[in-house]
Amino acid sequence: MGVVVFPGSNCDHDAYHVVKHVCGQEARFVWHKDADLSGLDAVILPGGFSYGDYLRTGAIARFSPVMRAVGEFAARGGPVLGICNGFQILQEAGLLPGAMLRNRGVKFLSQPVHVRVERGQTAATEGLRVGEVLTMPIAHGEGNFYVSEEELDRLERQGQVVFRYTTADGRLDEAANANGSARAIAGVCNEAGNVVGLMPHPERASELRLGSADGRKVLESLVRAAQARALQSV
Amino acid sequence: MPRARVYVTLKKSVFDPQGRTIHEALRSMGYASVADVRQGKFFEVDLEGVPPDKAKETAEEIARRVLSNPVIESFRVEVEP
Repeated sequence: MGVVVFPGSNCDHDAYHVVKHVCGQEARFVWHKDADLSGLDAVILPGGFSYGDYLRTGAIARFSPVMRAVGEFAARGGPVLGICNGFQILQEAGLLPGAMLRNRGVKFLSQPVHVRVERGQTAATEGLRVGEVLTMPIAHGEGNFYVSEEELDRLERQGQVVFRYTTADGRLDEAANANGSARAIAGVCNEAGNVVGLMPHPERASELRLGSADGRKVLESLVRAAQARALQSV
Repeated sequence: MPRARVYVTLKKSVFDPQGRTIHEALRSMGYASVADVRQGKFFEVDLEGVPPDKAKETAEEIARRVLSNPVIESFRVEVEP
């Protein structure tokens, strides 16, 4: 597994730690100026504030050399997971739909949320049950998912909505949609399902002593997606 | 040196939480006449060695590719020679 490091990434070590020490997988960091993803079965774009989030979140990072390689990796079906700022970078790069507006209430939000799995068999939900509710923290100022109404309908039709903010028992509720995202969308995928972005942080909720181990399921899904793809190519 | 001024604004259909907050603050300060506030971004881009007629084209390309996100924003470019 590769964990991409941009200037300003700050969840890179957490993601590396969970992949390596909790999931027991080989992991290496990939500096954003490297365009070499050879030998990797999956790529994580971690959270943080790449380039200080200047201009727009993810707007400058998406021109880093590594992003061309990530685009090619994704086009070949390689599993790619973007977490928080990593999600925003994938949107800016055009690998995932939508854009993030400032949170509805303008404030930076750092709190646990519940998200419901809306679609299985993606890089983040391989082996997860649709309807399953996961508890993970969010930590962002711009997580208010936006696309036009027509585009939202298209995403729903094509099954590209992967996670939605819900109550703990999996009900849609405006109060559970803290950042005001369109249709409570917390995560989406590309048409093929191998590129997924989500705003909550699975790497911060992968060990029970940290309050929740639900995030581990997301990262283990990424492992399963990578293994499934490796088997196909044998 | 031609200078391009690039104005980036959220599309009309897009909710602007910052504009709303500023609007509410102005109303609470007593500016009852303020009907709406939309926040945007303003860039001054100095272009070296580019003829003025080419400057607008270059600035528009920069605005489209980098300075704005077409999903949520639109832009306007003015060039002064």
